[in-house]
Amino acid sequence: MDGTPLVEMRDMSISFGGIHAVDDASCALYPGEVVGLLGHNGAGKSTLIKILSGAYRRDAGTIVVDGTEAHIHNPRDAKAYGIETIYQTLALADNVDAAANLFLGRELLTSLGTLDDVAMEAATREVMGRLNPNFQRFKEPVRALSGGQRQSVAIARAIHFNARILIMDEPTAALGPQETQQVADLIKQLKAEGIGIFLISHDIHDVFDLADRVYVMKNGKMVGDARTSDVTKDEVLGMIILGKCPPGATPGPGAIREA
Amino acid sequence: MAQSTTLPAGRVGGRGPIRGFLDATELDTRMLGMVAALLLIWLGFSIASGGVFLTPRNLWNLSVQTASIAVMSTGMVLVIVTRNIDLSVGSVLGFVGMVMGVTQAEILPQFLGYDHGATWVVALLVGVVVGGLIGALHGYIIAYLGVPAFIVTLGGLLAWRGAAWWVTSGRTVAPMDTNFELIGGGTDGSIGATASWIIGAVLCAAVVFALVRARRQRVRYGFPLRPLWAEVFLGTVACAVIGGAIWVFNSYPWPVRIAERYAEANNLPIPEGGLFIAHGLAIPVLVALAVGMVMTFLANRTRFGRYVYAIGGNPEAAELAGVNTKWVKMQVFILMGMLVAIAAAISTARLNAATNAQGTLDELYTIAAAVIGGTSLAGGVGTIAGAMLGALVMQSLQSGMVLMGVDSPLQNIVVGIVLVLAVWADTVYRSRIK
Repeated sequence: MDGTPLVEMRDMSISFGGIHAVDDASCALYPGEVVGLLGHNGAGKSTLIKILSGAYRRDAGTIVVDGTEAHIHNPRDAKAYGIETIYQTLALADNVDAAANLFLGRELLTSLGTLDDVAMEAATREVMGRLNPNFQRFKEPVRALSGGQRQSVAIARAIHFNARILIMDEPTAALGPQETQQVADLIKQLKAEGIGIFLISHDIHDVFDLADRVYVMKNGKMVGDARTSDVTKDEVLGMIILGKCPPGATPGPGAIREA
Repeated sequence: MAQSTTLPAGRVGGRGPIRGFLDATELDTRMLGMVAALLLIWLGFSIASGGVFLTPRNLWNLSVQTASIAVMSTGMVLVIVTRNIDLSVGSVLGFVGMVMGVTQAEILPQFLGYDHGATWVVALLVGVVVGGLIGALHGYIIAYLGVPAFIVTLGGLLAWRGAAWWVTSGRTVAPMDTNFELIGGGTDGSIGATASWIIGAVLCAAVVFALVRARRQRVRYGFPLRPLWAEVFLGTVACAVIGGAIWVFNSYPWPVRIAERYAEANNLPIPEGGLFIAHGLAIPVLVALAVGMVMTFLANRTRFGRYVYAIGGNPEAAELAGVNTKWVKMQVFILMGMLVAIAAAISTARLNAATNAQGTLDELYTIAAAVIGGTSLAGGVGTIAGAMLGALVMQSLQSGMVLMGVDSPLQNIVVGIVLVLAVWADTVYRSRIK
């Protein structure tokens, strides 16, 4: 890839109680690129990405955004760099409505400094109209919504604030086939707008068609990365299960060296 | 905009007139249930007491007795909404009341002399600052040091009761400053008929203004609207309730002796059949109403309130959304401490003394008021108005039983049973509605 990466994570490490959840892992994301992050459950994908989104604090490593070192210590810092995340758990406050969730932490205020609920509802209606035209339940707490509707609220929150780097952790895990297709279309559209997307999944079929490149993690280590055009699904499966790097991939520190 | 002037026909039609009415007015059925329960309690006591319960005099007393707990319950809602609890409010009330008592009765007279006009302001300010600091201490330990609120405030329950004793080594401080005393109500601590009507009119105007403004905003953005008749209905009912309450308070005259003395002092002729001077709204009730409005504003219209509810719904989500959850939790406890100070002012002023046993068991009544008022101990759910109504329900029960001459142990049994029944009914209601 040419040019400066949108974001680069170098030699990231984090451990919880002696367990190296992420061990010396590096990865990069370029503008307009969709990068899949693959691995078994517990391989360290979500943990690595939660460091980038500010949810976890790393033990070691450097985050570089647009070629300069970024200081990310909490979710607010990450958002300031244009890094938005759709968490696997969706991270919605179930007891408040869609607008309150969409603007949580970034509420629109009136000139008097009070919440501008009407303006927030209007913006929510607009963005939800694009994502999920059938959505009408703006007054109800998100607890009352279906899985797909909740997912659209989480996605709306991530894309409404002009994200440059989007992290999607298992974005289609709770969705039916039709909604999954909608998310795929959305990813293509965002990619065309020059947004860089990290797509995390434990299922390679989910990401293989959408991703330009994939990184594979195993036991907290980076097995390697490959352009999806240079490798087959079976080869990537080999990376996930065995940690074996095929010829088309660039091996990382976690790859098994064949004697 | 034709289709947006009424609710979609499918929602109103086919579900019966009651459902349609509730949908159109967007009234909270829980709240309606509570109002119904309150009216039932009032009616029951009224019949059982031969009409004594629903007299202006008793209702006026009821409003004054409710004020202190109602003030604290507004803060307790936010504490419980953020999935915490505050068991210390009764003891903190005792301590802050003591501090305010000593400030006005023993410290300030040395500098200002007795009954100086500024004494009550200074005493109240000292109380609010001390209350806020105590809340800040609790909040810091809970939010930043990670000790569960139950433990921190259980410690506070013991510690501040001890501290209240220590302020004067157990001696009762009395009397209070004459201006400070007005915060507690009484004949002088009421604002009279004219001022009460003016406040009632202002409140009515505010309700109408809020309804009109909300509707205009929704029209501007082309959102679905309530039917016009529903808006008119809501405004009319609200104004009728406000007017009715003022009328009741204005129907309670000053005691004959006090009225006569007042007439003598002001050279007023005493008419045939005695002089009628109305109490009107009591100052503690005004304080509680003002607190309720400010707290409702904080809870519904500000970022702080939004964060409080979001934290209650999903603490992790709030944190990931960039909310400084620890600071918000600490602020909630600071607010709680300040409200306890206001409640302490009301209760010491009403008693005209500060004692080290003041506020004993108030934490339980406050929590009960919030819970009866629909605050969920699981967090995330609860309203200020509900909690204040809950306080009124609790106080109605107690004062009704006192009126009926029910033995005090039996009173506690009844209140305990009602608390459990109320929460059970609420649980059933919530599981039905989903």
